[in-house]
Amino acid sequence: MKITRTEVAHVAHLARLTFREEEMDKFTSQLNDILLYMEKLNSVDTTGIEPMTHATVLHNAFREDIVKPSLANEQSLANAPDPRGEFFRVPKVIE
Amino acid sequence: MELYSLTIHELQDKLRAGEVTAADILTSVYQRIDQVEGKVHAYITLMKEAAQAQAAAADAAIRNGDIRALTGIPLALKDIYCVQGFTTTCGSRILHNFVPPYDATVVEKLRAAGAVFTGKANMDEFAMGSSTETSYFGVTRNPWDLTRIPGGSSGGSAAAVAADECIAALGSDTGGSIRQPAALCGIVGLKPTYGLVSRYGLAAYASSLDQIGTMARTVEDAALLLGAIAGHDERDSTSFKADVPDYRAELARSKGRWRLGVPKEFFGAGLDPEVGAAVKAAIEHYRATGCEIREVSLPLAAEYAIAVYYLIATAEASSNLARYDGVRYGRRSAKAKDAVDLYYQSRAEGFGDEVKRRIILGTHVLSSGYYDAYYLRAQKVRTLIRNEFTAVLRDCDALLSPTSPTAAFKLGEKSSDPLAMYLTDIYTISVNLAGLPGISVPCGFTTGGLPIGLQIIGRPFDEAGLLSIARHYEQAHGWYSKHPSL
Repeated sequence: MKITRTEVAHVAHLARLTFREEEMDKFTSQLNDILLYMEKLNSVDTTGIEPMTHATVLHNAFREDIVKPSLANEQSLANAPDPRGEFFRVPKVIE
Repeated sequence: MELYSLTIHELQDKLRAGEVTAADILTSVYQRIDQVEGKVHAYITLMKEAAQAQAAAADAAIRNGDIRALTGIPLALKDIYCVQGFTTTCGSRILHNFVPPYDATVVEKLRAAGAVFTGKANMDEFAMGSSTETSYFGVTRNPWDLTRIPGGSSGGSAAAVAADECIAALGSDTGGSIRQPAALCGIVGLKPTYGLVSRYGLAAYASSLDQIGTMARTVEDAALLLGAIAGHDERDSTSFKADVPDYRAELARSKGRWRLGVPKEFFGAGLDPEVGAAVKAAIEHYRATGCEIREVSLPLAAEYAIAVYYLIATAEASSNLARYDGVRYGRRSAKAKDAVDLYYQSRAEGFGDEVKRRIILGTHVLSSGYYDAYYLRAQKVRTLIRNEFTAVLRDCDALLSPTSPTAAFKLGEKSSDPLAMYLTDIYTISVNLAGLPGISVPCGFTTGGLPIGLQIIGRPFDEAGLLSIARHYEQAHGWYSKHPSL
């Protein structure tokens, strides 16, 4: 087993996802197949090879630090599921 | 010929000559949409009223002598770029009601070029898929055979172009999502070099691989569209300060007699014989017309690209999709018991299975104890794959290969086997890992009447050369003149 049901549950928790019981079995089995396929990378010699993090030759993209207009509060809140005044409302965090 | 089946340059000639108006073109396209959209389902959202206003503005501009690159041309937009005031769903339930307060840079640029927007095209959820079957809004059908998939993830855009429900479209390509559906729907799909087109306003899937590109009937149309959307944008920090040539003018200057590489590993097991034969015939055309054809070898790209891609892309996706939490925008679950449960429930209800699978995989490969074995190793093999391409492109102007190992498969055929679906991107994925430009051009049909695509891979920022090579073949064969009967 490349990944156990318990590990899938742990990762799901880290990713803030929940699954039904029958979904857990299906996902665990599919993820095992996929991770087994990834094993093939172990046969590549990567000694001394730098990891590639992106495909550009750019490093830093600096620009002048100038204040520019940004979205108005009203626009920023226009898609909010539960806006209240100038705020995004969520269920109570601290009991 | 109906107006809806013409190309951008043919329509622009008619607009310039005063033979038709932008309103006429839009009316024709919408008549076509009314006829066939029920069968194809290429769109998630239609923008008819706004399009009529854009067409009226285009006609007013033409009367004032102001004709720009895309004035009056109806285009479909993959539903992954922000368009101010129109829902941008990314094919997901979690964004089913999201109305962006701003335009993506490509949308701004298309507006400035005078384009008309027909609507937002269907796609795999968050661009994760190769068949457009993971969309929350239902499947899109291939216009050449309604029992088959159009490819993905930009399947709605490809189907809309092929079914004449728009004149051209934009897609996005993270591992083949423009080129593969273009091949399967018999159109031209161009994924530009990473960094040539701004990603500002494009919902992120895998940021180091995502690139916006064009889907059109002809190479000339692809060139016109690319010219309109390319260029530096300070709002995308990976956007490159490259000169944007007049790609259409470059086509006219095209010389030919290129040196073209054929990666031998891209013709191995898994390649459908009919697809292989059509691609080899296209290669013979280049040889017969004076090009030097060289066999080259890309062993790592062929063997390891899919494994590298699904480690890197899912890792990036797990981070990028953390923003969908039901708090500031998008769908919020009504079941949440407390603030943390709000995240769990909103995400569990809002995302489909493929997105969840990729988030889980990405989170796993980034997690403590697995990072070095999976993610870091994948990044190192990515370096080796890029180096392999750099070496062969030193001696070759471009590379020729199939776009997809098979023609369009049946709806549902691979949807229960994620790994089988991943393997369909075998020839396109390494191009994204290396950040190179790639184009798919129609190169024939199977005996069953399904389109086949030739992939041409170019040097970084040499889109002009890539388009010229593609057009050289296209002009000799004219596959683009065939339209599906719907």
